[in-house]
Amino acid sequence: MISLTWQWLIDPATWTGPGGIIAQSITHLRISVVALVLAALVAVPVGLFIGHTGRGRWLAINLAGAFRAIPSLGVLFVATLLLLPRLSGDLAFELPVVLVLVLLAVPPVLSGTYAGVEAVDPAARDAARGVGMTETQILWQVEFPAALPLLISGLRSAMLQIIATATIAAIVGIGGLGRYLIDGQASRQYEVMAGGAIVVALLALLVDLVMAGVQRIVVSPGLVVAKEH
Amino acid sequence: MIRFESVTKRYPDGTTAVDDLSLEVPRGGITVFVGPSGCGKTTSLRMINRMVEPTEGRILINDEDVADRKPARLRRSIGYVIQHAGLFPHRTVLANVMTVPTLIGWDKGRARTAAMEAIEKVGLTADQASRYPAQLSGGQQQRVGVARALASDPEVVLMDEPFSAVDPLVRTDLQNEVRRLQRELGITVVLVTHDIDEAISLGDHVAVMRQGGHLAQLASPGELLTEPADDFVASFVGKDRGYRKLGFTTTQVESDPEETVALGEDVPAGRGWVLAVDEDGQPLGWVDRQGGSGGPVREEELHRMGSLAEVGDSARVFLDAALSAPSGRGVVVEDGRVVGTVVPERVLEAIRARGGSAA
Amino acid sequence: MIGGVAWSTVGDLLLRHLYLAGVPLLVGLLISLPLGWLATRYRWLAPPMIAGTGLLYTIPSLALFILLPLLLGTRVLDDANVLVAMTLYSVALLTRTVADGLGSVPGATRQAATAMGYGELRRTLVVDLPLAVPVITAGLRVAAVSNVSIVSVAALIGVSQLGQLFTEGFNRNDMGPIVVGIVACVALALVLDAGIALLSRVLTPWLRAGVAR
Repeated sequence: MISLTWQWLIDPATWTGPGGIIAQSITHLRISVVALVLAALVAVPVGLFIGHTGRGRWLAINLAGAFRAIPSLGVLFVATLLLLPRLSGDLAFELPVVLVLVLLAVPPVLSGTYAGVEAVDPAARDAARGVGMTETQILWQVEFPAALPLLISGLRSAMLQIIATATIAAIVGIGGLGRYLIDGQASRQYEVMAGGAIVVALLALLVDLVMAGVQRIVVSPGLVVAKEH
Repeated sequence: MIRFESVTKRYPDGTTAVDDLSLEVPRGGITVFVGPSGCGKTTSLRMINRMVEPTEGRILINDEDVADRKPARLRRSIGYVIQHAGLFPHRTVLANVMTVPTLIGWDKGRARTAAMEAIEKVGLTADQASRYPAQLSGGQQQRVGVARALASDPEVVLMDEPFSAVDPLVRTDLQNEVRRLQRELGITVVLVTHDIDEAISLGDHVAVMRQGGHLAQLASPGELLTEPADDFVASFVGKDRGYRKLGFTTTQVESDPEETVALGEDVPAGRGWVLAVDEDGQPLGWVDRQGGSGGPVREEELHRMGSLAEVGDSARVFLDAALSAPSGRGVVVEDGRVVGTVVPERVLEAIRARGGSAA
Repeated sequence: MIGGVAWSTVGDLLLRHLYLAGVPLLVGLLISLPLGWLATRYRWLAPPMIAGTGLLYTIPSLALFILLPLLLGTRVLDDANVLVAMTLYSVALLTRTVADGLGSVPGATRQAATAMGYGELRRTLVVDLPLAVPVITAGLRVAAVSNVSIVSVAALIGVSQLGQLFTEGFNRNDMGPIVVGIVACVALALVLDAGIALLSRVLTPWLRAGVAR
């Protein structure tokens, strides 16, 4: 079994062509990135607002908890059944998937953002107000940079969940690495399922590493030093 | 009682926290380790109950090397009080104080009785015993910390900056309390502080330490002020040590007789400052009759007294009484009753008569 | 009948779901306690351990469900696959939580306990662990909710639980069972969440004592 999987993985034909790993990885990543960006567009501003004003915190915590409880697979099927007859082309398959992934990604990004803003040293915020910064300046020049570590952590865990769940989305017929799992199961080719599973895990790891690198670059070195001490 | 023999503590990174420290903490009384931060005073304290292990040398309690005892057992036999009390937030005050008696293996009833006794000793009520630490003020929490250290009747109590996190008024209260408890119980207290004033006012013996873990001087507070061993001790003890030294100078200050008046008594204008007392002869305050109109002394025209000097107090207390009284005459009392007043010159004469030097 | 599904079926699937999500949560906690303790006790162990357990989380659940039979030699439809996979996920989340919780105990409290003469194990059990309860239960709540959601994916490999309603509904193009499944899943997650929150309250009476003077 293990050697069959290995053979499948090292076969060049597995990687190239329209149904190859490279093409499926690109599709997988495209859908994932679109979902993450959409989720961030919703969750980051709301998170900053909640963190800065302290308003709606209770609502955000409970809503995020409730969101987490919603099973992605069920929502995926509901969205597909609802939207498939009303849309056409690739969009008909991909839109429900992206919607579900966005739903999945909003809670971690939201809580990462507001927790980041809340964790800002009150003395720093006070000092910023004291030197005459406007609320907007405080938000962008003090709170946002200081919140970045937790915000990016939120994005990273959201991305891990997106990539994992996008695999399941192959069940409704879209492309991506999940195809190997679903099609492999249908045709009882376990080496294909195993190989696909390994590739997805590697992709998730790779993306997480890249995001960790980005986090290193954009987070102020001052914050890193402060954390170490 | 507690003997440090050439004790050195070096950390793996090469820093030396304590360097060849030898000293003896006598039985009974309060011995204070004082010095700037980084002088190794806390490390020295923590080596006594093996919270820190020395690199070289040994520490003996009653001629027994602490290294020969199991750390946990050793610690149970020594009281320990730290800065923020370090109470267990999930346990009630009573349960906190019962900690060591329970660890030693006393049965519940005995542990409970001992804990309640300790709680009362430090001036807390039975009602407070059933509360959680978060429900008490900082000063009360620190009292619980002291009670917890005393509950199993240890011979030795270690205190690491026990009062530095509470406000000054409460601090004075706690200092008096610790002094009283030490006298009452006859225990040996080793206390660490960075505050030289606290060291001098509280300590029977003061060990001044300097950076790098060197002992600069071990002496009584009076000696420290009079004969600092070197420039470091002199500068650490502070600029006004001449004045503070008076705190350890007991002098025979002759007080002058003072005519006192009672409330309601008629005092004419032009008599200057007059001291009012109650029926027991206890001082009430000063009345200003330098000018204006005379008439009966009314309670609302009393001025504050300034500090009082008790017969037998130090020269510093007498001088302070004289300097803080609005009349310029410090009130001297014995058993609460006025026996006379002193002017600053009187105090200075007395100091001069003693040869100007203290201790 | 509700949404075209018999009540008894919903009940059976709900119990199966609780079993597949709940047992791994408890086992995961039992494994995480010593792991988290090790990570706080030996500081150098923490980064590799947190990273290692974090890695587990990058493996998509479907992939893990499929791979485990190969690694464990179990049959594809065996519950053990799901139980082991969910335990791994629980450990991944909870090790960090336990480490954070034990790390949140104030240094002064820990030192005072040592100075009173507590041995290390005893101190961990009677001082550190009770104080870590709020943090640990917060992590347990997240793990419980996410377990319930992830278990439903096991329907794709044919292990029966509430997720089965999703695949059935989807295959028959019938919204009814799917909605019933979602509602039951969310209800189960929320009940578990509330249960753990309640447990946390009961275990930490000192946090509720008013700050009276």
